Amino acid sequence: MSLAQTEKYYLPQPSLWPIIGSFALFLMAIGGVMVMREIDNGGWILLAGLAVMIYMMIGWFSEVIRDSEAGRFNKQVDSSFRWSMSWFIFSEVMFFAAFFGALFYTRMLSVPWLGESDTMEQLWPAFKAAWPTAGPGLTADGFQFTPMGAWGLPAINTLLLLTSGVTVTWAHWGLKKSKRSQLILGLAMTVALGVVFLGLQAYEYNHAYTEMGLTLGAGVYGATFFMLTGFHGFHVLVGTIMLIVMLLRSIAGHFTAEHHFAFEAVSWYWHFVDVVWVMLFILVYWLI
Amino acid sequence: MSTATTHDAHHEEQRSGLMRWVFTTNHKDIGTLYLLFSLLMFMVGGAMAMIIRAELFEPGLQFVQPQFFNSMTTMHALIMIFGAVMPGFVGLANWLVPMMIGAPDMALPRMNNWSFWILPFAFAMLLSTLFMEGGAPAGGWTMYPPLVLQTGNAFPFLIFAVHLMGISSIMGAINIVVTIVNMRAPGMTLMKMPLFVWTWLITAYLLIAVMPVLAGAVTMLLTDRNFGTHFFNAAGGGDPVMFQHIFWFFAHPEVYILILPAFGIVSQVIPTFARKPLFGYASMVYATASIAVLSFIVWAHHMFTVGMPVTAQLFFMFSTMLIAVPTGVKVFNWVATMWKGSMTFETPMLFAIAFVCLFTIGGFSGLVLAIAPVDIQLHDTYYVVAHFHYVLVSGALFSIFAGIYYWLPKWTGHMYNETLGKWHFWLSVIGMNIVFFPMHFLGLAGMPRRIPDYALQFTEFNQIATVGAFMFGFSQLIFLIVVMKAIKGGEKATAQVWEGAEGLEWTVPSPAPYHTFETAPVVK
Repeated sequence: MSLAQTEKYYLPQPSLWPIIGSFALFLMAIGGVMVMREIDNGGWILLAGLAVMIYMMIGWFSEVIRDSEAGRFNKQVDSSFRWSMSWFIFSEVMFFAAFFGALFYTRMLSVPWLGESDTMEQLWPAFKAAWPTAGPGLTADGFQFTPMGAWGLPAINTLLLLTSGVTVTWAHWGLKKSKRSQLILGLAMTVALGVVFLGLQAYEYNHAYTEMGLTLGAGVYGATFFMLTGFHGFHVLVGTIMLIVMLLRSIAGHFTAEHHFAFEAVSWYWHFVDVVWVMLFILVYWLI
Repeated sequence: MSTATTHDAHHEEQRSGLMRWVFTTNHKDIGTLYLLFSLLMFMVGGAMAMIIRAELFEPGLQFVQPQFFNSMTTMHALIMIFGAVMPGFVGLANWLVPMMIGAPDMALPRMNNWSFWILPFAFAMLLSTLFMEGGAPAGGWTMYPPLVLQTGNAFPFLIFAVHLMGISSIMGAINIVVTIVNMRAPGMTLMKMPLFVWTWLITAYLLIAVMPVLAGAVTMLLTDRNFGTHFFNAAGGGDPVMFQHIFWFFAHPEVYILILPAFGIVSQVIPTFARKPLFGYASMVYATASIAVLSFIVWAHHMFTVGMPVTAQLFFMFSTMLIAVPTGVKVFNWVATMWKGSMTFETPMLFAIAFVCLFTIGGFSGLVLAIAPVDIQLHDTYYVVAHFHYVLVSGALFSIFAGIYYWLPKWTGHMYNETLGKWHFWLSVIGMNIVFFPMHFLGLAGMPRRIPDYALQFTEFNQIATVGAFMFGFSQLIFLIVVMKAIKGGEKATAQVWEGAEGLEWTVPSPAPYHTFETAPVVK
């Protein structure tokens, strides 16, 4: 048996990071329960869980980065990473599918049904089934809100995210041609666009809550609006953090023109977040 | 790269004590952890089943309060599905998939560890609800709103436990898919893979596709109760039926997640003891894939009584019946494999044959339930309970037993005690039929499920079922003894173990060394 053959596989040593990650998830879950039940110090336990999770991620990823920089990852490991990132993104697609499904079901089916049955005629005679709606009960109680229009901030946000898709690809071209300055500049612009997007989204939420009466409690419209855009915004936040890590690694001189899957994984993720936003812009903001 | 360091990295010796199991990245260790966890949860969920059957021995209230009874049915289901059957299959996949495809380990060994070690925390959260004010969740494992929103303090624990199980399942499934697509030994083409590997590949795909949908559904429940959304509240324009649609879009593929690996195990066991290659290998692969595809378009057959347009009812009725075609292909192939085979009847084969017969009964009662007008009569009766226990106990569970008896000598290096194995089989198969066969009659006569009390005319069949349940329950202790004895010692197993066994896992010594196939075998 030649040594070359045994080196074919990369097998990591026993690791303490996974159990730390499990403990972090557990702390976060318990903290979350305590916050919801308004038990003292729940928020602190939630934050402690988050801190342990961040510690775990830094530790685990550092180990992976060290192994990668030491050249221990061969083609097969690279391919495993590619497959697993693709399937992870597919699972994220299905997560969003549940909420898009809820939007479709309420808009196309359950809200129209609320307007046409005889029972509803008895219960809520004044209700007009039309999207957007806060629903018959809330409307009858005098609840009012203004739906979010598409052509203000959301349109600007669409432009920002689509541009960021271009800049991250431009950075990737730079990396493939070993032009480090193009890589770093492209990544920095992408991060900046992501941050501005998040800032505008926060501004939009604040405006919705304070000026438009549009809250999480604004019937199915408010629920689907905030859950879809909120989970998307969370993904943009995660994507931006990952891009910042890629930026720092690029500055530190990691990645070569041939070997840079971490960068590609993040750009895949970023494009995925981009596509979800385009769906949101069309289905949540535009077609109302 | 220094060759010395990599060499050490490859041969990190087993640590001793508890920490070996906590930090391990070895697929065999993690497989063992999954299997032991599954066994523990099987005992816990089984104890709950005993409470349910004891209460139902007579009409009226004997031992427990109705609320606690409903907690028992809910928790029994959640624990058996997410704690016993799924981890059992994942444990088998961990042990066997790398060995069957000639890989040294799973593709992502550290994430493999994480997938497992989330589970004990998730189930600690779920089980802790038994001791809470308001009791454990009692609205059924299907968690329908608005009923589930009335759960007491246990509610957020239920939601977060489901989230954690989902995270664990998704990571585990990604690992299995990536291992199968990327780690096969040279020459191990897709259509040469053992059927267990094929069924797990398709199962893992289903898991990645639907576990996130469950996460979305329970997140909506959480926000409806705690953050003021109106997804499932008509006053806000939502619809409680929408939860059922989203839930069953997850849960119908989920029931195939619980049975496809069983098909794989049975397809390994039957050829070994019939001493013939599997009949219709390619058709088995295509049938499995067809079942998986169809599983996405049949979900509303669980909801025929909630009110749906007639066209929708017809669509879901016919699409459901279509599933009988690929399933029939499979049953035919198993029988054809045994046809004129040189058969012997060791315990794994007995469980596999029982699987073929009894799972088919469960499949037929499923066809009965697929007929919308009939289902309107039988919905939420004991007929449904009988149906899904035939596919889950004599289906999923028996296949896990078959698999464990089949591969136990490979894992431990010792033959199990065949006499005790046979006792376990016969008591299980007889007990199981005594519990669940009368439930068909109870359901046809109109006895609803999930109630602690019933009308007098149902007494006899319930008493028969309870006797069978305790027989079945206690005979599982024999299984515990068989497994413990085989771990401790016994007749030494050869590498091939079974005369008719074929496949890469039988080419390595028994017990399988800590690291196998560090040099890839070449498959011709």
